[in-house]
Amino acid sequence: MSEPARPRIFLVEDHAVFRAGVRAELGDAVEVVGEADEVGPAIEMINERVPHVVLLDVHLPGGGGQAVLRGVLPLHPGVRFLALSVSDAPEDVIAVIRAGARGYITKTISGGELLQAVYRVGAGDAVFSPRLAGFVLDAFSQGTATGTVTSGRDPELDQLSPREGQVLRLIARGYTYKEVARDLTISVKTVESHVSSVLRKLQLSTRHELTRWATDRRLV
Amino acid sequence: MVMGVPARDHRGIPKSNDPSTTTKTTAAETSLDSCTSGPWSRNRWEGSWSHGRRRRHHPLQGLRRSSENRVLAGICGGLAQRTGIDVTLLRIGFVALGLMSGFPVLIYAAMWLVVPLDKETTNIFSRAVNDRRGLRLFIAVIPVVVVAQIVISLLHIGFIGIVGWPVFLAAGLTILIWRNASEPERVWINDDVAPMLSLGTERQGRAKLMLRAGAGVLLGAGGIVVLIIGHTTAAALRPIGGALLIIAAIVVIFGPWWVSLVRDLMSERQARALAEERAQMAAHVHDSVLQTLALIQRSSDDPRQVVRLARGQERELRAWLFEGRPPGTIGDEATTLSEGVGLLQRQVEDDHGVTVQVVMVGECALTDGLRALLDAAREATVNAAKWSGAPQVSLYAEVERDVVMLFVRDRGRGFDPDRVPSDRQGIAQSIRARMARYGGTVAIRSSSGEGTEVELSMPNSAASPERTPASR
Repeated sequence: MSEPARPRIFLVEDHAVFRAGVRAELGDAVEVVGEADEVGPAIEMINERVPHVVLLDVHLPGGGGQAVLRGVLPLHPGVRFLALSVSDAPEDVIAVIRAGARGYITKTISGGELLQAVYRVGAGDAVFSPRLAGFVLDAFSQGTATGTVTSGRDPELDQLSPREGQVLRLIARGYTYKEVARDLTISVKTVESHVSSVLRKLQLSTRHELTRWATDRRLV
Repeated sequence: MVMGVPARDHRGIPKSNDPSTTTKTTAAETSLDSCTSGPWSRNRWEGSWSHGRRRRHHPLQGLRRSSENRVLAGICGGLAQRTGIDVTLLRIGFVALGLMSGFPVLIYAAMWLVVPLDKETTNIFSRAVNDRRGLRLFIAVIPVVVVAQIVISLLHIGFIGIVGWPVFLAAGLTILIWRNASEPERVWINDDVAPMLSLGTERQGRAKLMLRAGAGVLLGAGGIVVLIIGHTTAAALRPIGGALLIIAAIVVIFGPWWVSLVRDLMSERQARALAEERAQMAAHVHDSVLQTLALIQRSSDDPRQVVRLARGQERELRAWLFEGRPPGTIGDEATTLSEGVGLLQRQVEDDHGVTVQVVMVGECALTDGLRALLDAAREATVNAAKWSGAPQVSLYAEVERDVVMLFVRDRGRGFDPDRVPSDRQGIAQSIRARMARYGGTVAIRSSSGEGTEVELSMPNSAASPERTPASR
């Protein structure tokens, strides 16, 4: 990875027990530069300390994970966010991704996988859990079945390329990037670029499902 | 070790919009699968090669029917490979000549019988000579041919007369072919013939019934027209009286024999149905009782767990024996695929203490085939939970236009699918046979140390996928 050997990370999470657990699991591999359990202090401290990666809980008192993203990204677009959640509801996940998070993982992830995800997000790549890949496939397959329901600003953004579809399917089946690369006989780098391109579509697409999932969340 | 890997896996899952393409792939996969696991394994292959090398004097000596390039028996495909002539030309030639005289049809059937398939060393004929009942059926066809020939010659329908008897004989030969084809080929023929046979089964729709009735009326009308046009005077109908006498004679002589043959066939069919029933029962018992017994052995140091398992099993068995609800199946409590998958997830997580991570794309109503798919998926998940040693099993299901794909993946120790003893019920009965009964297919990829993935695919013609926005 192009990042320094020990990425500086910041934890935003309202469960102290979970924060301690993450700290223990990541151990010496990272440098934890700070922790916060609420939106306001989190924005303040992140803007002050500018970590490489922020581990961000989706459900946060005081506006949710998106509020943190909105408070930090305009000032420090280089800070990368990795969203963590227990809920797995599409509206939570999609909303936080569309607000600018570079990846999404479930809290049940193992320590090794968490570290890998942190590295990957730190290097500027996207991290998709199988569940997120499933949501994306679901959202992008809707229009093809029923006729596209978008304002059609950029049609490229509103559909997945066949290759992106294949990559997402394998991720949804539980394959790691390395296994996806082997199965499709492409390089891991190519897999990463496909996933990043899907992430971009996910953030910019005006597809009905995605916007609805995202706005549903904001209303709550 | 990779087993029965269909080409589609390297392309991901094909989003095929053409149902015929999909069914073809599936059929090929099935035959491929049974080739690898069945009795037609490596040593027979090798035998075939050395056999072919030893004597190749005659141009047709090494001729093999093509298993890839085939419409019916793969003869044109094999001939094309052998002679270098374009296969389409050969096919057109066969059909054209067949329409002219009927002999090529007989030759084709005979070649089907005598020329072995490219993956096998023995031809169908070598098995057919030992099939006494098949031979009797074939011989029983000969009087029918004679009768038909007499009638036709009396009616002066020369054309049908010429085409007729080779075709009738060829039809007789197909009895021998069907009865003695190897298992992979049978599956294959079955897939091609099944749509035609479904016209005649009880479970036919109105449309099919109308189609059949319409075809019958047309044929009958055609026959009457031919009779009236061909014989304007009543006197000319007299020979038909003679023909009827001869037919009566033949029926009197051969009738009882035919009846006994039909009776034999029926009892054979019953026996087959019984065997299938037994296989289903074995699959059920394996999924419920044997699984529970294995669990009990593993948790023998925890008496409360043992009691809990035994109680649950007892309840299930009672429900099966006295209420007819098969154990280890996804019952009526689930009506959609996602409900069924959720149920499966809960059951396996409760019983085996592993995490089942579910990802679903799309949704549709449960059919019998999809219930079988879920039962097979549960068996695969339970196997992963029990044997792989991995704490988590991934389950991915996707509803496509005309097929439901389901993948069960673990990152455990893996196994060699070729080494599983054939008497072990798990994969053979509870997964493969269960899927095959509803036209589904199975592919298992596993390698030691890297875990296992079971790919299940079930055609889903009954319901078009309805997407739910809030996928689980």
